[in-house]
Amino acid sequence: MNTSNIVLVLAVFGASAVEMVEALTIVVAAGTTRGWRSAFEGSAVAVAVLAIIVGAVGVPLIHLVPIDVLRVIIGALLLVLGLGWMRKAILRSSGHKAMHDEDAIFASTVAELQEEGSGAGTHPRRDALGFAIAFKGVFLEGMEVVLIVLSLGSSSHRLGLASVAAGAAVLIVGGVGVVVARQLSEVPENAMKMSVGIMLTSFGVFWLGEGSGVHWPGSDLAILVLIAFFAAVTTVGIAGMRGVLKERVEA
Amino acid sequence: MITAIGKYATAFGRFWWDFLIGDTPELFVGVLVTVGAALALRHERAAAVVTVPLVTVVFLAVSTYRARKR
Repeated sequence: MNTSNIVLVLAVFGASAVEMVEALTIVVAAGTTRGWRSAFEGSAVAVAVLAIIVGAVGVPLIHLVPIDVLRVIIGALLLVLGLGWMRKAILRSSGHKAMHDEDAIFASTVAELQEEGSGAGTHPRRDALGFAIAFKGVFLEGMEVVLIVLSLGSSSHRLGLASVAAGAAVLIVGGVGVVVARQLSEVPENAMKMSVGIMLTSFGVFWLGEGSGVHWPGSDLAILVLIAFFAAVTTVGIAGMRGVLKERVEA
Repeated sequence: MITAIGKYATAFGRFWWDFLIGDTPELFVGVLVTVGAALALRHERAAAVVTVPLVTVVFLAVSTYRARKR
């Protein structure tokens, strides 16, 4: 496995794991309030629909769109996603934005679901609301994973590898989620999102350049240099934004 | 039937609008400028290798600073 494949697997796995933690919070909330059967069924159907989308969109993308055009479009999409995640990570780490709080999301989802009917364990059979909430949570969070799998997988002709990495993240986070259930706030989601944002941005710049005809020095190894560069930018950004906040507090 | 198609088309359009632009239009502009820079400098390898990542950093810095606590 070469450097770009290793980074691809790490980026897809990390992004999928982050999104799965967010989806899992909603599924656990639906499971504890509306019954586990409906929550699991809703999640499973959402995963199946997402897998169909990857197959239906990804395979034609690879075969029909010229690779350089595909790489520019995909590089741009990855940049949109990666820069957004990096921006959020810098704002959160420097104190300008509240940290992502899975406990708060869990509590608000549970409260919302309990308003719709009675509490935990009283819905042993199928529950339409529990199914719908779990489906929506997994589907919406999973759409970003699908975009990342399609982007990274099709630009490097490694759709299968990207899908396996995403599938592994879904299984591992799902398995861990079953064990830890409500302790999802223990997952260092903000740090994971920062790392993945840096990787997506690096891949975005790399593929954008390759598709445009810019040949990076060192070929695939340039991805590692870009990751180091954007990690340094993030560190400087956090320090700079902490300084801005300090000045505001002192003023 | 037409109403349902319209509903899904609207939802599809809204998804892409939120994904691409949302509350950070400056980042979307930054990505377009980065694409332009990469295409314009494709024959100037050294300049492209330096400029393309730097352009993204400039727009990231602007967007992050715009979102600071006031």
